[in-house]
Amino acid sequence: MSAQESYVTEDGRTIGPTVMEMKNITLRFGGVKAITDISFDIREGEIRAIIGPNGAGKSSMLNVISGFYIPQDGEVWYKGEKRPPMKPYEVAQQGIARTFQNIALFEGMSVLDNVMTGRMRQMQSGMLAQALWRGKAEKEEVENREAVEKIIDFLEIQAIRKTPVARLPYGLKKRVELARALAAEPSILLLDEPMAGMNVEEKEDMSRFILDVNDEFGTTIALIEHDMGVVMDLSDRVVVMDYGKKIGDGTPDEVRSNQAVIDAYLGVAHD
Amino acid sequence: MFYREAGDFKTTYADDNQTFPIKFDRYRYYFVLVFAFAVVPFVINDYWVNAIFLPFLIYSIAAIGLNILVGYCGQVSLGTGGFMAVGAYACYKLMTAFPEVNIFFHVLLAGGVTAGVGVLFGLPSLRIKGFYLAVATLAAQFFLVWLFNRVPWFYNYSASGQISAPERTLFGFEVTGPNTSAWAPYLFCLVLVTLSALVARNLTRGMQGRQWMAIRDMDIAAEIIGVNPLRAKLTAFAVSSFFVGISGALFFSVYLGAVEVGEAFGIQKSFLVLFMIIIGGLGSIFGSFAGAAFLVLMPVLLKNVLVGMLGWPTDLAAHLEFLIVGALIIIFLIAEPHGLAQLWRVAKEKLRLWPFPH
Repeated sequence: MSAQESYVTEDGRTIGPTVMEMKNITLRFGGVKAITDISFDIREGEIRAIIGPNGAGKSSMLNVISGFYIPQDGEVWYKGEKRPPMKPYEVAQQGIARTFQNIALFEGMSVLDNVMTGRMRQMQSGMLAQALWRGKAEKEEVENREAVEKIIDFLEIQAIRKTPVARLPYGLKKRVELARALAAEPSILLLDEPMAGMNVEEKEDMSRFILDVNDEFGTTIALIEHDMGVVMDLSDRVVVMDYGKKIGDGTPDEVRSNQAVIDAYLGVAHD
Repeated sequence: MFYREAGDFKTTYADDNQTFPIKFDRYRYYFVLVFAFAVVPFVINDYWVNAIFLPFLIYSIAAIGLNILVGYCGQVSLGTGGFMAVGAYACYKLMTAFPEVNIFFHVLLAGGVTAGVGVLFGLPSLRIKGFYLAVATLAAQFFLVWLFNRVPWFYNYSASGQISAPERTLFGFEVTGPNTSAWAPYLFCLVLVTLSALVARNLTRGMQGRQWMAIRDMDIAAEIIGVNPLRAKLTAFAVSSFFVGISGALFFSVYLGAVEVGEAFGIQKSFLVLFMIIIGGLGSIFGSFAGAAFLVLMPVLLKNVLVGMLGWPTDLAAHLEFLIVGALIIIFLIAEPHGLAQLWRVAKEKLRLWPFPH
């Protein structure tokens, strides 16, 4: 199959053409090469996993995509156009949302306000209208609240919508963070270790939510995860990184049987 | 029991978004407003206005302004006194340059000028945070006071270096100058306080407020969902300075009448307003009022009790006043670091369940 043709997966989801492509990305911090010459693509509607041992450069890769790091070499192509160097908020305005490895919620705000903040892109009323709470401002607030309530329903966090985030347990915080990213109606959703530190039930819940999001909203998802079982079950294609280099790319089955990947994870005997 | 939301159902999101979602709250605030507008003006005299109501109302506006910057957006500022001075001098220049324009517009325009100056001094906030930003705003405080002292254009070349408010009327009633009746300046300030509180509340419950709070709580995460940090911080500086400028203009024109900048708008004013919002509660409009009330009323109350009721000498009472107010601040902050607003929230939660503990 060529990279641009749509195809239908075994479970009936349609995978579209490439929406984001990383071309020969190299990222250095001083003398340290975090990422060396990595290329891969993300296709519309797929769940793309990035895996690798600790320090492989996975999070750096995500930070390149979301604009925190500007790579020294290489190009980021998004929706068929080469992306100029951008600030993170500009990347967000283009429709790329993400969650963080260690939760980055607004602790002082309620769950509802946190998720509403995700609607930045959809709310454009001016400050004067907001100050008077008339016209566009009031209308937008209600319309976007409706959209947010759908996501709150979807992720089953109705009961805590008015609770300050600081009072929530870890697992729920992760879910609220996902809700906030979803509220932006992103074309690509980046998840940095969505299941870190969770027990089996929470992981199962989260996996179900990720699959549902992909299935119902058709959201393209790129995720980093350490739990191999989860990764192999969820993702359509997997990129494997080790020491900043790409050592494997393909379907879970292909990756699983890739000798370089097995070596990276299990170690090789040096004799 | 006394305070409940049970049975108070919302059927639309607009209902749920309103300023006071709980019915009981709403009626209580309406009652306070009606009382302040319809009853108080008829019963107050000069002493009440000058000792209590005017300072309370004017400091409330300043506290709301600073609370938007510090409490909602998380940018510490020690320049409040300087920004109040900008409001005062802008108002003075406007009043003397355009005597035929209504003073209401002068005060609003003074707020606008202060907003511009605030944005200018807010520019470093993109690069520096926390204590360092506080020091940078401290520079604004000293620079502005120095400027108004040294450039005679600002005080119209008057020999004393002071500025004094010319007499101005509103709907035919004098609100500035020595011949005002007690209720006119009171109502003037009350209208502006009500408008300020409403605007502040609307801004903070909407998208603008969420952007500010996002920057306050975690600026990296705010940026990742599309908040432009420079824009959010500068709007906070602008809106905050707007309110602080209005309060400075009122402080000069309506309350003091004549002002010497170093005395009226010195660094101690910056600290006073900062203490108000810390004691009242950061990130709360109600807290701004509570803090202003606490720091304005407590000294008056103590003076009345010590001198009036106990008959102590005035100088002894004045010194004791400092001690007691200082001790009370410490006690309050130990008991409730989140200020009077949090105490009030906790009290409401308890009242909701009373007489049951859970």
